[in-house]
Amino acid sequence: HKEPPPGAEAYIPQRFPDNRIVSSKYTFWNFIPKNLFEQFRRIANFYFLGIFLVQLIIDTPTSPVTSGLPLFFVITVTAIKQGYEDWLRHKADCSLNECPADVVQRGKVVRTQSHKLRVGDIVMVREDETFPCDLILLSSSRPDGTCYVTTTSLDGESSHKTYYAVPDTMAFRTEREVDSLHATIECEQPQPDLYKFVGRISIYRGREEPVARPLGAENLLLRGATLKNTQHIYGTVAVYTGMETKMALNYQSKSQKRSAVEKSMNAFLIVYLCILISKAVINTVLKYAWQWSPDRDEPWYNHRTENERQRHVVIRALTDFLAFMVLFNYIIPVSMYVTVEMQKFLGSYFITWDEEMFDEELGEGAQVNTSDLNEELGQVEYVFTDKTGTLTENNMEFIECCVDGNVYIPHAICNGQILSAASSIDMIDSSPGGYRREHEDLFFRALCLCHTVQVKEEVTVDGIKRGLHQGRPTSFYISSSPDEVALVEGMKRLGYTYLRLKDNYMEILNKDDEIERFELLHVLNFDSVRRRMSVIVKSSSGEYLLFCKGADSSIFPRVVSGKVEQVKARVEQNAVEGLRTLCVAYRRLLESEYEEACHHLSEAKLALQDREHRLAQAYDIIERDFVLLGATAVEDRLQEKAADTIESLHKAGMKVWVLTGDKMETAAATCYASKLFRRSTQILELTKKRTEEQSLHDVLFELNRTVLRQCSISGLSIDCLDFGLIIDGATLSAVLKPNQDGTGHSNYREIFLEICRNCSAVLCCRMAPLQKAQIVKLIKASKEHPITLAIGDGANDVSMILEAHVGIGIMGKEGRQAARNSDYAIPKFKHLKKMLLVHGHYYYIRIAELVQYFFYKNVCFIFPQFLYQFFCGFSQQPLYDTAYLTLYNISFTSLPILLYSLVEQHVTVETLKREPVLYRDIAKNSLLRWPVFLYWTCLGVLDAVIFFFGAYFLFDNTTFTSNGQMFGNWTFGTLVFTVLVFTVTLKLALDTHHWTWINHFVIWGSLLFYVIFSLLWGGIIWPFLNYQRMYYVFMQMLSSGPAWLSIILLIMISLLPDVVKKVLCRAMCPTATERAQVRHWHQLRNETEALYCLVPNFRMFFIVTYDNVNKLLC
Amino acid sequence: MMASSYNAKDEDGNITVSGPGGGALRSKKPENTAFKQQRLPAWQPILTAGTVLPAFFGIGLFFIPIGIGLYVTSNNIKELEIDYTGSDMSSPCFNCSQSFSWNSTKPCTCTIPFHLDQPYDSNVFMYYGLSNFYQNHRRYVKSRDDSQLNGDSGSLMKPSKECEPYAYFEKKPIAPCGAIANSMFNDTLELFYNNPNGTKVKIPLTSTGIAWWTDKHVKFRNPGGSNPNFTAVFQGTAKPVNWRRPVYELDSDPENNGFINEDFIVWMRTAALPTFRKLYRIIQKKDDLLPTLPRGSYTLEVVYNYPVRSFEGRKRMILSTISWMGGKNPFLGIAYITVGSVCFFLGVILLIIHHKYGNRSNSADISS
Repeated sequence: HKEPPPGAEAYIPQRFPDNRIVSSKYTFWNFIPKNLFEQFRRIANFYFLGIFLVQLIIDTPTSPVTSGLPLFFVITVTAIKQGYEDWLRHKADCSLNECPADVVQRGKVVRTQSHKLRVGDIVMVREDETFPCDLILLSSSRPDGTCYVTTTSLDGESSHKTYYAVPDTMAFRTEREVDSLHATIECEQPQPDLYKFVGRISIYRGREEPVARPLGAENLLLRGATLKNTQHIYGTVAVYTGMETKMALNYQSKSQKRSAVEKSMNAFLIVYLCILISKAVINTVLKYAWQWSPDRDEPWYNHRTENERQRHVVIRALTDFLAFMVLFNYIIPVSMYVTVEMQKFLGSYFITWDEEMFDEELGEGAQVNTSDLNEELGQVEYVFTDKTGTLTENNMEFIECCVDGNVYIPHAICNGQILSAASSIDMIDSSPGGYRREHEDLFFRALCLCHTVQVKEEVTVDGIKRGLHQGRPTSFYISSSPDEVALVEGMKRLGYTYLRLKDNYMEILNKDDEIERFELLHVLNFDSVRRRMSVIVKSSSGEYLLFCKGADSSIFPRVVSGKVEQVKARVEQNAVEGLRTLCVAYRRLLESEYEEACHHLSEAKLALQDREHRLAQAYDIIERDFVLLGATAVEDRLQEKAADTIESLHKAGMKVWVLTGDKMETAAATCYASKLFRRSTQILELTKKRTEEQSLHDVLFELNRTVLRQCSISGLSIDCLDFGLIIDGATLSAVLKPNQDGTGHSNYREIFLEICRNCSAVLCCRMAPLQKAQIVKLIKASKEHPITLAIGDGANDVSMILEAHVGIGIMGKEGRQAARNSDYAIPKFKHLKKMLLVHGHYYYIRIAELVQYFFYKNVCFIFPQFLYQFFCGFSQQPLYDTAYLTLYNISFTSLPILLYSLVEQHVTVETLKREPVLYRDIAKNSLLRWPVFLYWTCLGVLDAVIFFFGAYFLFDNTTFTSNGQMFGNWTFGTLVFTVLVFTVTLKLALDTHHWTWINHFVIWGSLLFYVIFSLLWGGIIWPFLNYQRMYYVFMQMLSSGPAWLSIILLIMISLLPDVVKKVLCRAMCPTATERAQVRHWHQLRNETEALYCLVPNFRMFFIVTYDNVNKLLC
Repeated sequence: MMASSYNAKDEDGNITVSGPGGGALRSKKPENTAFKQQRLPAWQPILTAGTVLPAFFGIGLFFIPIGIGLYVTSNNIKELEIDYTGSDMSSPCFNCSQSFSWNSTKPCTCTIPFHLDQPYDSNVFMYYGLSNFYQNHRRYVKSRDDSQLNGDSGSLMKPSKECEPYAYFEKKPIAPCGAIANSMFNDTLELFYNNPNGTKVKIPLTSTGIAWWTDKHVKFRNPGGSNPNFTAVFQGTAKPVNWRRPVYELDSDPENNGFINEDFIVWMRTAALPTFRKLYRIIQKKDDLLPTLPRGSYTLEVVYNYPVRSFEGRKRMILSTISWMGGKNPFLGIAYITVGSVCFFLGVILLIIHHKYGNRSNSADISS
């Protein structure tokens, strides 16, 4: 089947891959080089590798082990993790590739392994089997040539989708017949879009001219999908195999988003790199200045080797510079990257573990697709939310319909029994006339016919009839759009029941219990650009009818007659109430018109290129000259706690924008209901209606003036009157459109942004999916570079989710596309509150402290070494022993901060939820701004100075043992190091607000570990070391009283400034968070006071004495 | 003391869920454990003016007495320092310092008289001090071979590369190798008490107990184990270039000779700073009634071997008594007193602040 018969068009032979899926990155033999290469592509790893190499090459103060070991550790851990993941992928690939597949060969079904399939093979798939590759459906066991498929594993949509066999091969029933097929398939190059496929099949029958048939996405069965409700099908592996299947193409990961914290971290790193280099330069320069006199350079007691002497001075200076770099390189710690990554990875589990974000209905909790953005959740300034399915339930309920201005309201179903047709229609205006009667009939039929709803039968094909006839809910409707289901169900309640689609005939049970059959000729599918769909049917009387339903804006311009005014009024009224409205229109087609339409459609469908565009053109030609029938209204209820969530987000200082495709009135009503707009909100409108009256320019300037004036007046008072802006898609594109003269366009943009900045809520209606992304991009690029978050549930939100800094998907009814493309997925909109206000807040303060603390502790660590150079003749003598240098970041100080950054809660979860205002405290990356960074660095420098000079004065020309013996340089270093480890750990202890047993364990544990390690390290002559410099140094130090006293003193002095600063800040200008902490503490103290009364204890005593002191002072 | 409130959150057991389709749900539903729900019971201290106040007063009350104690102790320590570098003309050692040469065989001796105003009662420790001597220079610090010093016979004959350029002399390995050993301090200091009757009494100096016990007994060991014949053991090695005698002739006592000579061990512990002192001798208190060093005039006799003029160094001899906290060092006492007072002072300030702002913010909180 692969070779085209002679005479076919130019055919470029292509190499088709086999059907092997390879998701693994490495093979056994390329793992080490490839993985190493990938790891060293990261700047940090490369930097450390550089340092390591320098240490190997030149004579440096510290042995290569000190940086080699941590680097090796980091690289190994990462490699093991990636290797394990890859091994899992290998296993998964293997089981996929070896799963059995049935191939038709020489008229027989042969069982083979999936990876042996080749392009052109004919495959048989049985019910509940997964398709082994992308197939074109040739024939199905169902007589109508359809098959049902779920694509749960591909896009998460669990509904059954119908796929159609190629009409010419539909009749094939046996293997032999299928095998006799002689055809070629042309198709486009593989591309990842799951819902797009364009191809053509040419079937050769003997000598006749080949018959060409179009192939679309409805013929293509995707690998990974599962066959349902169909006994078996035959399909050719016509299209894509192995890595070219759409599933495999979708493996490709999305572009990486980087959080603001990461950006600040990199900025800090650069600063530290500069500090490092300048330190090294300063020391090198000073060294050569100091060494000017040869007696200093080479005093008699300390000669160079001959080799060194002969080296050129430039080389020596360079070596010295590098040696200083190596000595100070710990200021940029390897472990920071590891810790940050571990924190993010492990921390993200708290989101998935969160019980409150678990939805019982869906049976699913929150999902984390990337852990890189955890802290970004605490930085959100703009929230862009979709309306349908996000703010609202997307649980549609048919409310009413109106035919020519007459309103019909169906009654509720009672116990599954439909009330009799006559009583169920409540006519407001009852003056039946022939004309009206006809429209009414057409209207109901239109709604029953114009849809893509399928009837899902519970048991068998026969069950359907019985089920529907007896009104038992054994069958139900399935559709990708809940609106349609609501409409069809609404019709059912009004007496017109859609039964099924059988052999291209749609069957309707009308009010009089008669079955009407319409031949379905064409379906002009819905798309979000046209915003309407149509069907062409042939009634039993032979009439050709075109029914169309769609948004009012897309129907009204195409209507030629009908009671437009009445319907329009009703539609608008419904929209104000927050209902979703659709208009229904029809057109009678003459035979010739129908032929013409058919021609247009088939031509467009056959086109290989530009099919979309040509189809749209064809639709445009066909869908015109309508007669308006009426309108429907469907209610979409607000999601549970949507209003509360929006209110909290507002209080937290976030600006909430609703982006929707709905019409303005509906959307505005939802906004009021969800408290996005309050009664006090002054609404600014920037809509097409207004810009038609005035020029866009004038409107923009006027609004801007209003906003500015208002803000300058009430700028002093706290609650500045808030504004809400409503803008529609058309105006938006006008605002964003570059002007002809080239000067004005940025101007409009700026004014628009200025207005938006002053509005607390913005509603963008009539948005195309791409426009949503455009808006996000616009805000992202505005001059404050705010952090944006987009949340949505449907495929139309994907572009916006991908564009925003943080994309959140809702696992909604419209499939899983949004959830799959998002960074985080949550079951309901209300979970956004906890996600941002609690998790985001925690992650942010945790990572901020983590980053700042890491820099702080390494300044404390390295700065004494820098100072020491001034006292050792700039000779790069390290202050600390090699083991200390190596282990400081790896084991002495790593765990407390890691655990802190996992479990810290500066205020309780309840407080955070109750007081969204606290979110403002961390807005704009407030904990990682330059002043804060400077404070931490200065604190680090100050502490380092205290450690160093404390030890210096203690050692200054005197002994501090009671036996008169002296200590050497290693004792000096050990003293500094001991103070350092304790200070740095206790500093973290002071910052910890949430002492769980874990914190106690790691903080006291790592101090204990340091002591035990030092005792051990100094307690033995280590046979594998060529120096024994640390032998008994630590013990000797501890045996001296003044050493203890000075350790305690130095720790106190180092911690004092920070404590004082904290206390003063808290007392003088407490932040909201600090106030909340105090409140919480008071509350708890009051609660426990009763206990203290019963059990008098130390603390009670303390409180009492303390209160007495207070009284005395008063 | 920090403000603390023990927040025992609900630790009730797992809430069993039996929703629709229970079995399937259970697997996906997150576990309701305190850890996973971030509800571990925790102690939540906060640092407020009110809560750190007691700590500040406490530190103040605790530190000031310690500081005073330390200061008084330090002041009671008697210390005498004599610079005998001989860099200026008036100094008795001027000649020796000028005429120094490595090759001279005749030792140069100088005598410095001094006077003790107060008697030294307890054991007196005699130090030598060097200034501007970079024992902590990297090239210097690493220029040693610890396994050679630990008695390893392999390293004895093949010293480590780190010892370069002091590893071999005329193709023979140097024992002990390295710059540190090579530059060992070799002045001889002797003390004489000038009796009022005119006689000079030599004061007995103990040369043991000046090095760390562990250094002498574990870290440093002579090669060849307990072989008392050092000449044989060190056969084939060269003495350090600047030394006048080989290492096995440092002392006559076999327990204080070779690598375990205490003067040598003391020197091998490199000092932290360029100005340092090292313990030289101990003057043991013999008699409970008489002071170790009575008031009066003394003479310090120096065999001037060690050149420091080339690098502008200074040499000192220090006599000091020792308390439990070591030698004279007012720093610790002063620091303790300062920190204690600062804490106390801060405590007072915080108390004022607490009264001014604390009440206000509390009332504001309540009203809000």
